Amino acid sequence: MAVAERQLDMASQAAARPAWTAVLHDWVTSADHKKIGIMYILMGTVFLVIAGAQALVMRWQLVYARHDFVSPDVFNQLFTMHGTTMVFFVGMPMIIGMANYVVPLQIGARDMAFPRLNALGFWLTLFGGLLVYFSYATGGAPALGWFAYSPLTTKTFARSAATDFWALGLIVSGFGTIAAGVNFVATIVTMRAPGMTFRKIPFYPWTILWTSVQILIAIPPLTAALIMVMFDRQLGAHFFDPQNNGSAVLWQHLFWFFGHPEVYILILPIFGIVSEVIPVFSRKVLFGYEFMAAATMAIAFISLGVWAHHMFVIGMSRTLDMYFAVASLLVSIPTGIKFFNWLATMYGGRISMDSPMLFCMGFLAMFLIGGLTGIMLALAPFDFQLSDSYFVVGHFHWVLIGGTLFGLFAGFHYWYPKATGRMLSERMAKWQFWLLLIGFFLTFGPMHISGMLGMPRRIFTYEADRGWELWNQISTIGAFIQAPSYVIFVWNLVWSLRHGRPAGDDPWDAYTLEWATTSPPPAYNFDQLPVVHSRRPLWDAKHPDDPDWQYE
Amino acid sequence: MSAQAVALPTPPPIEPERTLPPALWGTIAFLVSEGAFFATLIVSYITFLNRDITGPTPAEVLSLSLVAVTTTCLLSSSFTIHAAEKALKRGALGGFTFWWAVTIALGIAFLAGTAYEWTGLIRDDGLTINTNLFGTTFYTLVGFHAFHVTVGVIVMLTILGLALRHKVTAQQENAIAPVALYWHFVDGVWIVVFLVVYIIGR
Repeated sequence: MAVAERQLDMASQAAARPAWTAVLHDWVTSADHKKIGIMYILMGTVFLVIAGAQALVMRWQLVYARHDFVSPDVFNQLFTMHGTTMVFFVGMPMIIGMANYVVPLQIGARDMAFPRLNALGFWLTLFGGLLVYFSYATGGAPALGWFAYSPLTTKTFARSAATDFWALGLIVSGFGTIAAGVNFVATIVTMRAPGMTFRKIPFYPWTILWTSVQILIAIPPLTAALIMVMFDRQLGAHFFDPQNNGSAVLWQHLFWFFGHPEVYILILPIFGIVSEVIPVFSRKVLFGYEFMAAATMAIAFISLGVWAHHMFVIGMSRTLDMYFAVASLLVSIPTGIKFFNWLATMYGGRISMDSPMLFCMGFLAMFLIGGLTGIMLALAPFDFQLSDSYFVVGHFHWVLIGGTLFGLFAGFHYWYPKATGRMLSERMAKWQFWLLLIGFFLTFGPMHISGMLGMPRRIFTYEADRGWELWNQISTIGAFIQAPSYVIFVWNLVWSLRHGRPAGDDPWDAYTLEWATTSPPPAYNFDQLPVVHSRRPLWDAKHPDDPDWQYE
Repeated sequence: MSAQAVALPTPPPIEPERTLPPALWGTIAFLVSEGAFFATLIVSYITFLNRDITGPTPAEVLSLSLVAVTTTCLLSSSFTIHAAEKALKRGALGGFTFWWAVTIALGIAFLAGTAYEWTGLIRDDGLTINTNLFGTTFYTLVGFHAFHVTVGVIVMLTILGLALRHKVTAQQENAIAPVALYWHFVDGVWIVVFLVVYIIGR
């Protein structure tokens, strides 16, 4: 092409570039699953920065004994908003957003089953988050803790409207989550490509299907319980009001009936992501597909019957203590099956340590440790000693960051080239990974020790003679080592959009259908709906002489 | 070349999968979440049964004769909406409109009965949502059920309006089915509510 011609071409492209208002309008009114998925993820990223900043403030407050960087009341608001935000407005949107983007592509569909319901779900989630943050306009956020035990939510102890905004925001975003769950079920059950039976579906959509089942069963009880809180506060009802024979314990049961499946909602999709990444970067098929699939179902069902292990110290009967301890320990069986299958997938494979695989390795190691402290806490007598201590804080951050977040980062590094057509910078990814890993160890490792030394969670300061100061200082240093890794991650996302290496359609030589279309995919995903004969349709397409369906 | 002469393996033919349409799967998934919602309210009702220190109690104020009538209305509406669906499948649009209208009338009769019951409870018995635990749980459970009946009646009225303007045809069976499924669900929930509130709890 001649130089003049090329300049002309560029000029016409610049002229054709629509105004930013038109672009914004296009995104805001979009019902395309890919755009909605990206908006979910952007929402999650923004809230991640907010809730991360809250965590840094709390860590700075705890760096010295008797430090007074923030007041006790502000500290209470900070941990409430940090927990609520991270679970509902970072974890959930990122997981639902990633699934929104990837699942229709992986099952060879052109969109979700209900595109407009999909858009509704996103906007409900976003505005639910904004409603929760509206509580700051009442003079301060709620100071309840993310599980908001009664009677802290009663009018007596929470006089401002902050608690109402909090409850209303969670109700609204809960409707959004249920909308997403309904949509995933309908999409995955009815819209798989011809030939993709449930025995041949990629593993990620399979985990999203069971996550959706959990969403449908676990979120409505939270909605109902939050409505009861609103009725207590606004209409003078007595659900959680012990003075009129209401029951504060009922709230705990209802909340944890939601709360425990919730943590599996945050980890099952991660199992799916890891089960996509490890085979591709080990150049093998997923080991024990059927067992993995059954283990996913088992986790989804068992997790619905273990909620009261969060409540061992309220004084249930011995029988209930034993039941909930044993049921909780049962979860470790299907989880163990998954672990060994991932290891067996890697065994003898040609492993390449690109960034998605690096984060999977981090996930495997960290989630294992978090799982082991989980087994410790499931034992009721052990839990009697350490309930509501920093040991618990250490444990659940270990599974939520070491599990959910490492897995999400594996997913980001794996699918970013598909969504943008550019590779993320491997250099930045390595910096991000090692800063995160080291910072994460330093932040949450010492919490197990300070917890065993008796430090309760949620205290805003402590006396110098307790022996907790050193461990808290290491935690704070760790938090400030972690912080830049998130900055690098966000910068990598932005920088690579322009400067990343062009990815091509299939940069990882992968096996599933999302890599069969262009990067980024067109609005309609596929020119022709693909026909599937095995669990690795793209392998079949690339190796017509030796397709997988011969062996399955 | 000889390598190309070897025929590539041909995959077995693909059997088309038979499943319900997306709208029905979506409705089923939605109703599962609704079931979880009502289960929570029912569990709360049972938890607080007979725990009040002050009256009125269910035995004192709930009238079984009134609720027997409203229950009959609601349960028979499940049969009439089924008749409407069958008429639509046959292409008998007149029959569809008739049975659909009967279903709406039965739904409205149920709501009228509930309104009458609540008026009596509030005015004569002084039972409101903040009187005691019975009031709290009763109005929440029965109220949310009545809210679901109301939503169903509004949706069915909309469809009736379309039917009267001859805009509903036998091809729209798949659009009608989710509404009917929802209505059966609301009826089913009422059976449980009726048993818990008016039979066991009274």
